[in-house]
Amino acid sequence: MKDTQTLNKEEKSSATTLRISGSEAIIRCLIAEGVDLLYGYPGGAIMPVYDELYKFRDQIHHVLARHEQGATHAAQGYARISGKVGVAIATSGPGATNLITGIADAQIDSTPLVCITGQVASNLLGSDAFQETDIIGISTPVTKWNHQITKASQIPEVIAKAFYIARSGRPGPVLIDITKDAQFEEFDFSYEKCKGVRSYNPVPKTDIDDVKAAALLINSAKKPLIIWGQGVILSGAEKELISVIEKAGIPSAWTILGASAVPTAHPLNVGMVGMHGNYAPNILTNECDVLIAIGMRFDDRVTGKLETYAKQAKIIHFEIDPAEVDKNVKTDVAVLGDAKDSLSKLLPLLKSNSHPEWRQQFKDLYDIEYKKVIKDDLYPTKEGLTMGEVIKEINIQTKGNAAIVTDVGQHQMIACRYAEFTTTKSNITSGGLGTMGFALPAAIGAKMSAPERDVVAIIGDGGFQMNIQELGTIFQQKVPVKIVVLNNEFLGMVRQWQQLFFDKRYASTEMINPDFIAIAKGYYIDAQKVTKRTDLKKAVAEMMASEGPYFLEVAVEKEDNVFPMIPSGASVSDVRLE
Amino acid sequence: MSEQKKLYTVSIYTENNVGLLNRISAIFQRRHLNLDSINISTSEIENVSKWTIVLQLSEERMKKIIGQIEKQIEVIKAYYHTEEETIYQESCLFKIKSHLLFDERQIQNIIKESNARIVTVNREFFVIEKSGRKEELELLHRELSVFGIMQFTRSGRIAVTKDEMKISKMLEAFQH
Repeated sequence: MKDTQTLNKEEKSSATTLRISGSEAIIRCLIAEGVDLLYGYPGGAIMPVYDELYKFRDQIHHVLARHEQGATHAAQGYARISGKVGVAIATSGPGATNLITGIADAQIDSTPLVCITGQVASNLLGSDAFQETDIIGISTPVTKWNHQITKASQIPEVIAKAFYIARSGRPGPVLIDITKDAQFEEFDFSYEKCKGVRSYNPVPKTDIDDVKAAALLINSAKKPLIIWGQGVILSGAEKELISVIEKAGIPSAWTILGASAVPTAHPLNVGMVGMHGNYAPNILTNECDVLIAIGMRFDDRVTGKLETYAKQAKIIHFEIDPAEVDKNVKTDVAVLGDAKDSLSKLLPLLKSNSHPEWRQQFKDLYDIEYKKVIKDDLYPTKEGLTMGEVIKEINIQTKGNAAIVTDVGQHQMIACRYAEFTTTKSNITSGGLGTMGFALPAAIGAKMSAPERDVVAIIGDGGFQMNIQELGTIFQQKVPVKIVVLNNEFLGMVRQWQQLFFDKRYASTEMINPDFIAIAKGYYIDAQKVTKRTDLKKAVAEMMASEGPYFLEVAVEKEDNVFPMIPSGASVSDVRLE
Repeated sequence: MSEQKKLYTVSIYTENNVGLLNRISAIFQRRHLNLDSINISTSEIENVSKWTIVLQLSEERMKKIIGQIEKQIEVIKAYYHTEEETIYQESCLFKIKSHLLFDERQIQNIIKESNARIVTVNREFFVIEKSGRKEELELLHRELSVFGIMQFTRSGRIAVTKDEMKISKMLEAFQH
């Protein structure tokens, strides 16, 4: 093994260049970019890189996932909780194609990822060689950028560019495909971080006149409503947002990916918008006079029917990506730029305000939602357990300080509605793509990135079985994640739609499940199952107190539905409570 | 904004990189859009490619697509233009049996009147080249098809704008 200490010194003296292989260069590039943790799966076309990972194992920790999809979601969890670039690595062919779901998820949820795939030797490209796939072609529509390297000398520049593009502006996934001969080839290595790409302007300059126009509208508004999204978290603008909200006294709602940017208990936090969001912000979207969208993209799950969405309101859109402006909702004032910067510029221009009557409308509607939905979700009187009361118990025992990682479906909506967040970057979920199987591996990445935090994965019985193999990664790496499976023996969200819109024809949504406890124990993970309300508190306490990973299965009511609900294609103000 | 479909010429300045064609075409493909024509060539700037795409679309959708194109890392700038804003040409080639040049005297008149050019002549066939607007090319095609055309091909549109493009300035700004 090489003396990495010496190599480090050599690296620091910038004048020296090293004659090394392409694969060693890849590892050195990753280290230079601050990567100390990555997720992946070895195979033929990436073996030279794994050989170097072995040599550099004291500087860079490779986590062997059990499936490449798990590696990408773990890298996403790592990126989402830390704000750093997540790295996943795989071989050519099936290894590379297995990354695609995670990459697509990262693309639609703006998560910075660098994925490195091995490729067959360059002289075999296009020959249908063993484990050859055109991963550049396949990944093009779901990457922010991708590139194939066929010469070792291209490695430093391309990897530097990959990290720069992944993390800058609106973040996203980048895939770098490296032929096996380029991994073996030796060349004179030196590394320089990328400082810019001439055809790429990551952060459009904020025009102060636009900020002034926005301030003018906000200051004269009688019924302003803020809807913020993940852009606030990605830009680190949480404090600026809270200052704006408090100074102007504006009721503020969030998209699912914006959750946790402002503490749940904040008096001006009026809850989630969208299909299963809160009653008040959905109804009042169609009553506000100025709608201020910050770092969100008016997804169809947020807006419902566009033709009737906030038609009465002036729309202000704070946005980093010019392609999002006027894409779904026509704006009156668009403020381009980074949210942290533009909100700092907005703050001094705002008049202090409190809008007591307007805020009362939110409280009144919350009371209606509480009586019709929330009370029964959190304090059920029926025999069966509800998903909501499990989330409530976790809130109480973690004091809202845990990072909550959710999968996709009913449990996700319930968790996002009822989780009480105190800290930003605490809600890690698959929003745009709705990727079942996301939570278990994402929780691994989140916990390994932030070992000091409690990480609780909340998963349905369907999604749990989509990447169940990652229990192996948890066991091998001893990742102390807390896994809660809310088992209703159904693909609950699809079943809910079948009940409401397909006359209860439950086509392929019922699940005959295995003994999950036995499976968890098979991976030497402590586990227990709760079927009675009286056992819940103690079980959650045992889970949170355990030092290692823990698996808690809760048998919940089989046919509970998630409300409120905006039926697909309906207007936000047609949100249903039952 | 008009929902009505119009013919637009899209001009895109890009880096000259492998894979970009796939990336740009995917933007049209995922919206189920068919292109009338596409042409990619070098531009007035070294190492910068110029794309000319012609398609029919509403202006609202056109704007959104330009946004999606510009968002691609290796795209320097994208514009869309109406017919009035550009000066454009297409080019076509006809391969015709040589004996027709002598048997059908009209052909010589057609060539002369249409300002077409004879590129080559041999015993079997001769080739005519004609550049111009689509309608002129189509007219020539109709006139010659009466006599039988062995092969015909037409290029995509190439266009320059009446207004300045300022790409060089933009690139200079990126360098600083």
